[in-house]
Amino acid sequence: MPVITYREALNLALREEMQRDDRVFVIGEEVGLYEGAYKVTQGLLKEFGPRRIVDTPIAESGFTGAGIGAAMVGLRPVVEMMTFNFALLALDQIVNSAAKLHYMSGGQYHIPIVIRGPGGPAHQLAAQHSQSMETYFYHVPGLKVVRPSTPADAKGLLKSAIRDDNPVIFIESETLYAVKGEVPEDPDFTIPLGQAVVRREGTDVTVVAYMGMYYRAMEAAEELEKEGISVEIVDPRTLRPMDVDTIMASVRKTHRAVVVEAGAGFAGMGSEISAWIQEHAFDDLDAPVERVTGENAPMPYARNLERAKTPSKDKIIAAIRHVCYANGG
Amino acid sequence: MAQRTAKGPAPRVPALDEELARRLLFDMMLIRRFEEKAGEMYALGKIGGFLHLSIGEEAVAVGAISTLRPDDYAISTYREHGHCLAKGSDPRRVMAELFGRRDGLSKGKGGSMHLFDKTVNFLGGHAIVGAHLPLATGVAFASKYRSDDRVILCFFGDGSVPEGEFHESMNLAALWKLPVVFICENNRYAMGTSLERALAQTEIWKFGHAYHMACEPVDGMDVLAVRDSIGKAVERARRESAPTLVEARTYRFRGHSMRDPAGAVYRTKEEVEREKLRDPIVLFRTRASEAGVLTDADVKALEKDVNDRVDEAVAFAEASPEPPVEWLFTDIYKEND
Repeated sequence: MPVITYREALNLALREEMQRDDRVFVIGEEVGLYEGAYKVTQGLLKEFGPRRIVDTPIAESGFTGAGIGAAMVGLRPVVEMMTFNFALLALDQIVNSAAKLHYMSGGQYHIPIVIRGPGGPAHQLAAQHSQSMETYFYHVPGLKVVRPSTPADAKGLLKSAIRDDNPVIFIESETLYAVKGEVPEDPDFTIPLGQAVVRREGTDVTVVAYMGMYYRAMEAAEELEKEGISVEIVDPRTLRPMDVDTIMASVRKTHRAVVVEAGAGFAGMGSEISAWIQEHAFDDLDAPVERVTGENAPMPYARNLERAKTPSKDKIIAAIRHVCYANGG
Repeated sequence: MAQRTAKGPAPRVPALDEELARRLLFDMMLIRRFEEKAGEMYALGKIGGFLHLSIGEEAVAVGAISTLRPDDYAISTYREHGHCLAKGSDPRRVMAELFGRRDGLSKGKGGSMHLFDKTVNFLGGHAIVGAHLPLATGVAFASKYRSDDRVILCFFGDGSVPEGEFHESMNLAALWKLPVVFICENNRYAMGTSLERALAQTEIWKFGHAYHMACEPVDGMDVLAVRDSIGKAVERARRESAPTLVEARTYRFRGHSMRDPAGAVYRTKEEVEREKLRDPIVLFRTRASEAGVLTDADVKALEKDVNDRVDEAVAFAEASPEPPVEWLFTDIYKEND
């Protein structure tokens, strides 16, 4: 299986889906001539031309709404947000138009659109470019929300998102674009939306984590292995719809759980997953569920403050030890 | 209803023959009667939520949509009963939607502000001011993408003009040369805020110049003038794939919504009475009568027909059951085919 980067995997998914279906087109800022602010759309203008790789002016609400309108009448747009933080300018279109039109029309109009781009903490991008944007979207019925952690997931999930008949929020990460991994070449390879995956088998504790936090949790698990704590890691991959069955099955096996997320903890994904576990697997738990989250502060610029804002490997390790009553707990 | 069925350009100055006069008058009267009845049903508690009537503005919807082919699109705001009816929706299903019943256009899930009818290419009822202008731009983008010649009419009020999405849409449509006609129904008040209190440029059509877009004002109380202006714009869209901004100057005789029945706080009674002298239905009826294309007997017959249609609509809505409670959870997501 070829080893390629996360960025190349996304590029391949776009290329294959555009070859497969003429209704698919890419629209956004700098996606064509510039080949993408993060080069995800590299080479696509050359291959598909300006009809299908559409450069826009800086008008997020306008071009996102235009994508939704095109989807209403049968096209399948992939809208790129240069960073997902800019999607706030299009939040009304996403929440009030894309997510609602199928419902409000009694099922007459559906909106097959993907809105994709990077989000979450990166490297000293400060408060307006580092937010874990999934929070703003997974609350909304009618949207699907994907956060792919690996190159294979990036490809398989993006292809499924493009083929899905609903609006899909697909949030990548600046910090993962250069990550390499094995990715199937098969153009029919897809990963269904709404399926979590057990990334690492373990018996003592379940850690739920995605994106950068998944990699950090893996480091923590390797370290704790040496102490004899066996950590199972579940990556939800799709946050809405959430594959709670896979998470619950793991918790019922390990009887302990830690949920890790990069975003601020207040009313975050960790709150939702912990609530689920405690509502549905309370009798299986040997300890309260712990959350390790980003601090409840805007993202600062300074390197040391940025580090303090985001969950560290040490914090994850401490939480795991705590729920395992290890280290004197 | 009054859509042309054959492909081809609209006549530069539409001749007022009997058939056309009958269609235009019928459509305007149907909208008027439908909305009067809806207002009554609201007062009786049969209709809930917000109900925004377009009484006084019928000539814009009817004149504009009369220039379309059935496969062309229309999209509108929350004051859209008239556009939906003019596009050809069944009044019974529109009324059932207002009643929140299962046989409504949107199965009772949309209500007055969210009428949609795919069978007549009516793309909705959108209730965030300005938000459907980008959607219209995207629909026009799709027409161009597919190299078909379907046009979209996008109706919005003067209240949309200060919104950023108006300007983003105008720019994108002109930049990409898209087959969309932006029709501003300028009734001079965004809810209770007059044009002068909202816009630095109150000649709304002139915003077209800023975007190098064809643009003009038109008397929105004159159905033939609207038909002429929009007819030209539709042909420009269809043949040259170029957008147009038309400012149709009109007036709503009722308040902003049923919760503002008189609309009396922000405008004078004298102003409202003066504007009512230019009732688009009366103006057109007089003109058709003077031109000798419609007799009093013709008009009476149309009136009866309209009343019957609206009574049927109410009876249909009354008889339609409420949506089953399980429908709360249907249509949130579409299952892939």
